[in-house]
Amino acid sequence: MSKFIMPNLQRDKIEAYLAEGKRFDGRKAEDYREIIVEDGVSPSAASAIRVKVGKTEVLVGVHLGVTTPYPDSPDAGTFMTSAELHPMASQQFDIGRPGITAIELARVIDRGIRESGFIDFEKLCIEKGEKVWQVFVDIVAINDDGNLLDVAGLAALIALGRAKMPVYNAEEGKVEHDFSDEGIPLSKEAMSFNMTFHKVGETIVADVSKEEEAISKLRLSIAVGDNGGEPRITAMQKGKPGAINSKDMETILNLVESKWKEMFPKVKELVWGK
Amino acid sequence: MLRGTHSQVYLPRKAKNKMAVEGLYKKRIDGRKFDEVRPMIAKVGVVPSADGSASFETGGTKAMAVVRGPRTLHPQHMQNAQKGVLRVSYGMMPFSVWDRIRPGPSRRSEEISKVCEWALSSVVDLSGFPNTVVDVFIQVPKADAGTRVAGLNAAAMALAHAGIPMKEMLTAIAVGKADKTLLVDVDKAEEDFHDGEGATDIPLAVTSRGKEVALLQLDGKISPSELKEAIEMGKKACDDILKVQMEALKNLNGGEDNE
Amino acid sequence: MMEERQIVVPGETIASGNEFLPGDGAWRDGTDVVAGRHGLADVQDKHVRVIPISGAYYPKRGNTIIGTVVDITFNGWLIDFGGAQNAFLGVSEVPRYINRNELREFLDFGESVVVKVWDVKSRGVDASMKMRGYGMIEGGMIVSISPNKVPRVIGREGSMVKMIKSATGCDVTVGQNGKVWVSGKDTDSEVATKKIIDFIAENATIVGLTERVEAFIKELGLQVSSAPAKPNDGVEVVEENTDSEENVEGDALSSVPSEEGKE
Repeated sequence: MSKFIMPNLQRDKIEAYLAEGKRFDGRKAEDYREIIVEDGVSPSAASAIRVKVGKTEVLVGVHLGVTTPYPDSPDAGTFMTSAELHPMASQQFDIGRPGITAIELARVIDRGIRESGFIDFEKLCIEKGEKVWQVFVDIVAINDDGNLLDVAGLAALIALGRAKMPVYNAEEGKVEHDFSDEGIPLSKEAMSFNMTFHKVGETIVADVSKEEEAISKLRLSIAVGDNGGEPRITAMQKGKPGAINSKDMETILNLVESKWKEMFPKVKELVWGK
Repeated sequence: MLRGTHSQVYLPRKAKNKMAVEGLYKKRIDGRKFDEVRPMIAKVGVVPSADGSASFETGGTKAMAVVRGPRTLHPQHMQNAQKGVLRVSYGMMPFSVWDRIRPGPSRRSEEISKVCEWALSSVVDLSGFPNTVVDVFIQVPKADAGTRVAGLNAAAMALAHAGIPMKEMLTAIAVGKADKTLLVDVDKAEEDFHDGEGATDIPLAVTSRGKEVALLQLDGKISPSELKEAIEMGKKACDDILKVQMEALKNLNGGEDNE
Repeated sequence: MMEERQIVVPGETIASGNEFLPGDGAWRDGTDVVAGRHGLADVQDKHVRVIPISGAYYPKRGNTIIGTVVDITFNGWLIDFGGAQNAFLGVSEVPRYINRNELREFLDFGESVVVKVWDVKSRGVDASMKMRGYGMIEGGMIVSISPNKVPRVIGREGSMVKMIKSATGCDVTVGQNGKVWVSGKDTDSEVATKKIIDFIAENATIVGLTERVEAFIKELGLQVSSAPAKPNDGVEVVEENTDSEENVEGDALSSVPSEEGKE
């Protein structure tokens, strides 16, 4: 594994420029890059999409299978998120088993979706105690140019929102190679999406570039949903060794409110269409 | 339109259906001639952070390939002081087929990685890069049979794009047989043909200049004389594919955004 | 034989006849001279070679590179410059005497340098900064571009670099490894310089690049002065590219013509 080499002068420059409220690509500290979504990556998936945010790019596919439910919830479907961060996407990723970056990313996204109640698991029951749908969200990083976590999380929501249920043949007990017009049972109101804030120098930054990510002291990922027009936090994860002081916490939570109001309608439109 | 320097759907040359059709497979399901390759799309420069990258698509099969290196090989004991090491890793994305594929390496993907590595090693010359490794990552976002050969087509383009010394290009195709009928660019439905003699699948890679066979696997039932004919059909199809690969590599324009 | 420079693909015949000699990136197959890598075919006096247009940076003796200290050994520094291996800068290859216990005081982890490639060996690259024009760099920023775009950023006889300097007032030092050090009076002017460099790299193959860059500079609200850029006192390594605009010349960059003037 080769480390991302950041020259001191570059780090100092990025931090100083952020202190002036500016970034090399012209964005302000709290600005996101443009989001581009493309459908139809694989016709044999319930949905498979490509999401690009700047030069960060992921493919996400949704697959549905039929399984026996867990004994403690016999009438609920199951859900699993996987992430592959191949060395394909970045010099920094390793070959072989998923590294901790991939595991953490998949778990944070999994929790954000599961705990928000976005998926209506009870509607995914086919036969109580016997057969339920299992939903897989598989994330593959194509190019890492910073903030993979938010990009992958957003892509997972969009892929779920656009997925079609496969046809289930109850007589033979198998899933046909065909899709219905019906989507996955989702609760529109419950959707929450992830925003990750980094501390770069003394500035709190959203949607980090790869260079900013490399020098960030800490990050805080926050999944935020809608509670009657107001933001409601549904999952969080603090990452990197740095600790958050109260001033930064205040800044981040204020940003959560303002960014949520700006981003939530955009995310909703990407997931559900206009 | 995706990023990439070149994007054009190629309709293969009008193939003549010379073969006498004796067997049970008289007409291809998608209407192709028996020696016709599915429509191809080749792109170069699809992953900006890589040293070289390309994608290759035929019909419902698409492969992406990324090259990183030459870079220092760790751990040190794996280094070769005489030449660089080529390392290929092939994988199918979980959502590429109807039955989800578990992420991460499998016995199948490990074996395919190795045969692809051998195939590419026959055209790549890493003698100028001792102690280093050149990594090739092949990933398949959608699959309708022939993923390893699509992967090789993409990988050869990505290696060239990465500026790696290569004596010649490599082009690959899956030829096969459904009952008694020889076919080029076998799709999934044909791979699953059960009637009569059933299906035979022959992934084949051919060097562009020497026309030598750099990858050959076979799975099915075929006579030596049929195999001879199948290999010739494959080589002819490879000429068509090579044109598409070359076109994409020659049309590198300002769109190449490698930084 | 190919009429003019064009992009060739490995295995493609560039010229036929025993009088042609294969050079860098080419090989002989019978009477044919064949491309041994992807790039621009160049035939001069029956000498055939293929100039790379994409891919990683391969250091060559005499190249100027910009890199960052990633390790310090008992007798020198290891410099990452984005190549396959790190460059070694020996303690005897810096302009003044350094006590072996004080390597870090002279040059510490994460600090950046402009160095010359002294030797390319199988285990790595030996670098030196004994000559004038080389040394540690402080302040400013590093812009990364594809190493294959470096000739266009430099321009014919350094014309492009001069134009950028006249527009933004920043010092621009181009390493052949695709690292460009930009240093100016404020970050805004450096960021403007970065934008111009990125623009050149993205449009490297278009015809009439100079005019396009001029127009882009005006779009940024800057002006291109027609007077020659005034000499800068900072580190400056401007490579000359004597080739014509439309041709991407690789090897002409392996020398540092301005070096003698500085000695």
